[in-house]
Amino acid sequence: MQRSRWRTLGWALVFLGPSAVPLVLFTAVPMVSSAWVSLHEWNLISDMRWVGLDNYRSLLTDPATREVFWHTLLFVAGYLPLVYVGGLGLAVALNRRMPANAFFRAAYFLPVVTSWVVVALVWQWLLNPSDGLVNHLLGAVGLGQPGWWTDPTWALPSVILASAWKDLGFVMVILLAGLQSIPGDVLEAADVDGAGGWRRFWHVTLPLLSPSTFFVVVISLINGFQVFDQVFVMTGGGPAGSSQVVVGRIYDLTFRYGRAGEASALSWLLFAVILAITAVQIRGQKRWVHHA
Amino acid sequence: MPEAARTPTAARVRSAGIFALVVLGAVVMLFPFLWTVITSITPDGNLADGPTLFVDDPTLAAYRALVDAVPIWRILVNSFAIAIVSTLLQLVTGSMAAYGFARLRFPGRNVVFALYLATMMVPLQVLVVPLFIEMKTLNLQDTYLGLLAPSFASAFGVFLLKQAVETVPLELDEAATIDGAGHLRIFGTIVLPLIRPALATVAVFAFMASWNSFLWPLVVIRSPELMTLPLGLSTLQGQFTTRWDVVMAGSVVSIVPIALVYLLAQRHVVAGIAHTGIK
Repeated sequence: MQRSRWRTLGWALVFLGPSAVPLVLFTAVPMVSSAWVSLHEWNLISDMRWVGLDNYRSLLTDPATREVFWHTLLFVAGYLPLVYVGGLGLAVALNRRMPANAFFRAAYFLPVVTSWVVVALVWQWLLNPSDGLVNHLLGAVGLGQPGWWTDPTWALPSVILASAWKDLGFVMVILLAGLQSIPGDVLEAADVDGAGGWRRFWHVTLPLLSPSTFFVVVISLINGFQVFDQVFVMTGGGPAGSSQVVVGRIYDLTFRYGRAGEASALSWLLFAVILAITAVQIRGQKRWVHHA
Repeated sequence: MPEAARTPTAARVRSAGIFALVVLGAVVMLFPFLWTVITSITPDGNLADGPTLFVDDPTLAAYRALVDAVPIWRILVNSFAIAIVSTLLQLVTGSMAAYGFARLRFPGRNVVFALYLATMMVPLQVLVVPLFIEMKTLNLQDTYLGLLAPSFASAFGVFLLKQAVETVPLELDEAATIDGAGHLRIFGTIVLPLIRPALATVAVFAFMASWNSFLWPLVVIRSPELMTLPLGLSTLQGQFTTRWDVVMAGSVVSIVPIALVYLLAQRHVVAGIAHTGIK
């Protein structure tokens, strides 16, 4: 009995070791030391100076913090409806029989496998204020030509546009899988009851799709609050900080201003916000997510 | 097709309308790729006279400038190598841990599993500063090993694979045990083959995460020869602020291989993502 317990423990070490060692070294240890660094003033070079919770206190009163959280929130608020409504429309359209269905699925998914940096560069070029294709087209039909990522008002919308373009296919695939898991006889029953078209969509399809919707919303919010790559490449957070997001600020604080303590504190603040939002959604899901 | 014959005209018009929208959407999704290619073969990326679909005097000059500016082939190989190695590592470490959690009744199992899940919740940004310091201390800054460090194991992969292992009937293990098989053999010959779909899902996610990864390479890598595509391309942007043809040539070089991989593995990629969405 005793011996077999020890043996099981031995096997557990064999099977868990290869993942546990790197997770401890490269996740757990940095996690603890990040918390430690966040309680210090530190420029990455000279000795750390203990400041207690001062970093958190100054972050909470710093207008720059409020600004980057606000931009991040605006990003999510613009991005999520775009990808959800767009992805849902596509999923519904592609769920019916249609010529070249497989081709369309592949086309819509291609941006998903393209890396963020490439997407950001391509859209920076498309949205180039003077030579960009989009402004040429807008000019041709006599519409205004915004300065896009060079204009403080349009910088964040430019990033949102590029991000939605990239992720539309991802959302589509998840919702399409959700649609296909809805039993056909449920929809037929709705038809028999005279609920066709829009009514069937609102009262039958959407509620049955709610688990997939929930997944998309949770994942999009988690990823959205961590937005960085496309902002860094397209606008660098500018012009004049008008599109700076939380992770961009963490990067700048660390590697441009040498304020690693504050950067670590800000990263924990962001983590807390993400955790809180996710927790609220998980608690709230009972109200609107229908598990079959 | 009697059913089609009975379809009222209104429904047919609606179908055509939806089809038109889907086509329009596909143009919006695909045209940026075409535009990238067009720009890359336009002399000096000079599109001041207005955009054109047919370049009068196409040239590969931008690609030559690209090769001169950055070790682009090396960077391309780096991206593939790092993505493949980190995917294999996560498959090995993840499937082993999944077996351990699903099949071994060791003391503290639930606590350890909860700790694994906790690491999944921590975003990379929280870890970036201390991880960077750790790499400096371990002399892994600006090395392949340093680049790979955060992707040796993924708790998300462990989580997905554990669920898959749990669907493998215990009777199979028991039968094999009676035949004298140990854990390693059960793991290798019974469990692994039966969780192949989940392994494919994890592989897709691991590969894409590595291929897309930008923040960590940006922090840990300095030498151009060690860069991956996202990082290499972002340095290009600084060097060629007005040479859009060169920047787009770099984009083409990084899009084509991953697009080919995707088209070949399309079924697995889509199934993998759809699978996690339903669970």
